[in-house]
Amino acid sequence: MRLSRRAVLLTSGTALSLVLSGCVGAKDNSTTADPKANADAKDVTLTISANDVVGGKNAAEAAWITDSVIPGFVAAQKAKGVTAKVTFNGSGVEDEQYKTKLELNLKTGSGADVFAADGIWLGELASAGYVQPLDTVVGDTAKKWDGWTQISKAVQQNLTFKDQLYGIPNGTDGRVLYFNKTLFAKAGLPTDWQPKSWADILSAGQALKKLSGVTPIQINAGVPMGEATTAQGFLPLLAGTGQPLYDDSGAKWQGATAGVKDVLGFYTSIYGGGLGDPKVQQDKAGRDQSFADFSKDKIGILAEGDYFWRSVICPSTTDCATTAMPKRNDVVGWAKIPAMAPGKGVNGQDFVSVSGGAGWMLNPKTKYPQQAWELMAWMSSAQMQTALSKAQIRISARADVNAQTLTDDPLLSFISKEVLPITTYRPSDEKYNEVSLAIQEATAAVVSGKSPDEAAATYQSALQKAVGADHVSGS
Amino acid sequence: MPTTSPGADSDVVGLGRGRAMAFVAPALVLVGVFLVFPAAWTIYLGLLDYSLSGSGAKAPTFVGLGNYVTALGDPAFTKSLYLTLLYVGFSAVVGQNVLGFLLAWFFRTTRPAIRNTLNVLVLLAWILPGSVVAFLWQALLDRRDGTLNALLGTTDMAWALDHPMAVIIIFNIWRGTAFSMLLYSAALNTVPRSHLEVARMAGARPWQQLRDVVLPTVKRHVLTNTLLITLWTFNDFSPYLLTGGGPDNESEILPVYIYKEAIIGGHLGYGSAISLLLLLANLVIAVVYIRLLRNGSDKEATA
Repeated sequence: MRLSRRAVLLTSGTALSLVLSGCVGAKDNSTTADPKANADAKDVTLTISANDVVGGKNAAEAAWITDSVIPGFVAAQKAKGVTAKVTFNGSGVEDEQYKTKLELNLKTGSGADVFAADGIWLGELASAGYVQPLDTVVGDTAKKWDGWTQISKAVQQNLTFKDQLYGIPNGTDGRVLYFNKTLFAKAGLPTDWQPKSWADILSAGQALKKLSGVTPIQINAGVPMGEATTAQGFLPLLAGTGQPLYDDSGAKWQGATAGVKDVLGFYTSIYGGGLGDPKVQQDKAGRDQSFADFSKDKIGILAEGDYFWRSVICPSTTDCATTAMPKRNDVVGWAKIPAMAPGKGVNGQDFVSVSGGAGWMLNPKTKYPQQAWELMAWMSSAQMQTALSKAQIRISARADVNAQTLTDDPLLSFISKEVLPITTYRPSDEKYNEVSLAIQEATAAVVSGKSPDEAAATYQSALQKAVGADHVSGS
Repeated sequence: MPTTSPGADSDVVGLGRGRAMAFVAPALVLVGVFLVFPAAWTIYLGLLDYSLSGSGAKAPTFVGLGNYVTALGDPAFTKSLYLTLLYVGFSAVVGQNVLGFLLAWFFRTTRPAIRNTLNVLVLLAWILPGSVVAFLWQALLDRRDGTLNALLGTTDMAWALDHPMAVIIIFNIWRGTAFSMLLYSAALNTVPRSHLEVARMAGARPWQQLRDVVLPTVKRHVLTNTLLITLWTFNDFSPYLLTGGGPDNESEILPVYIYKEAIIGGHLGYGSAISLLLLLANLVIAVVYIRLLRNGSDKEATA
């Protein structure tokens, strides 16, 4: 008697929840944003969020937002008789955590009006309905913006999904091998080093190994480093074996192919051969540790993006804090990332790189779509982008700004002249981030001592689980 | 087992059925809203391929028991379950229990000043916020400038990377022993002094006193304590703050596995399915302990 009553209660509770649960997922489709909402409002409140924080991560950009962007925008609105209140909501965390927070915010219909997002997240965000094309949210005003002519198609592609623009790109980047000239000189290596193959990198590593207290090579691997593992380590190496990660025409991801095994084997020769420090790749704060080590002349060769040059080892201690290198321009050299062997890279290239780019996107739930767009356009104006480049040099999305600013910086002009023409971009597919996670796990496995074949097999099955077996090539 | 039939005999307070229901209704509503509904919701989500982002967030499809099949066939899940059992077994059932009991036993007769100092020290580990404690332990175990390396004179020992499971087990023993100690201190006070006196007069050694007089008296406390700390440890997420589940998933206990799958990987449906498996494991543990407790009390009643 008692039991059956309990059963009735349980069943009815389950039934109730099933009825209520029809709403999972489908809720935000019906409410398409109205571009004209509050277009004439006299009091406007807007929020910007980015993974920057004053005095911490990406401090220069945070300062640019609070000291230049916001006051300038508020003044311009005031001239039009509008009282604007703009707040900056900064974070200083790992990108993966920022992404999770962003997605949870967008999922619950909250979050900043204008937010920074990496281009590789767009596929996921758009497929989930968390972001909408600019055409839908803003309408004609966005189409007519004069800035588009300054932003190349390749860079616009970073914030494009299924042929629709979702935001304004704020720049692009490229990956190179950084090396410490002081250590190279001590090891008897040329200070204008340019390896032509993976074997050249390893032989330089052998020479550096003789110096005490120095880690010869650090190529990003492992899960704690997140996307840095994929973009700075695995993908440039994979591009050096001839095939891209994703084959667009066949809609297939590279599974345990010969190329993937070669890359994992290269990791093994570094971390299994005493040329790299595997613990740095396993540590939760490993990337910061690698930054600190490099800035203290303890790492010979480090694969990183230009972010490392401008935001981590810049000479200014106010911007780069403890990892600043006052003598950076004399001590740090750079080289293009070689293919496995000359001519073995994608498109038969000798050298390869990987690029990406972030940008500013609009929250489709914003109360003030027009004003939010104005703010975003203001942030991407030539005036503001020049101000940002002055605070911290970077490859802007705008050609007019780059033409003026990049000449001052040897590395960034090197990247824009030598690296961007040979670079590769990551797929914007919504499954990319899951594939990237499988890649990080595979590199973690070889770093902790598993054989490349074993790691490749696990990677293959993780990939099949993520994207479906018919979208995976290799055996 | 005797059952009481509903009727006048069981209505000792004399409220009547209607008023009794009115009294318990608010509690039942709370339980329903905050426990039953989320549990049912978890069951439901576990049947979908619901995700945090991507098309699975917009239009999740029904996958039936697919998530459970995937979980049970996934070596990462079974490994995680195994690590969880290790973690619970060594840190809670053995570690906190035994250490808590020993501290309570050996310090019950010491001077109050010493006992109070010890209480404060042990309690501190328990009451400090998890994030603060995690930071302290990171400083302790750090590879470059860690306190432990300085104390031992070792260089370049990355404790959390080389011995991840040992680190989180010791961490949890340190963190949670206070509860067991307090509970056992209280329990030991219930052992009648006269019994101990009699045992001592009969020539029982301390070990025999412990085994034959003390343990039978506090047996129920031991079971209750073990039940509570087992459940807490089973659901404990704080190891993530120390090792992040790494390196190479070597310390990925179930709550960390769920976090990585559901929040970092965005597989909310799969995460719900594993959460339900975790809930079932908790229920099994609870039922086993409650059975043991009930058996014990039945025997006492018949003795």
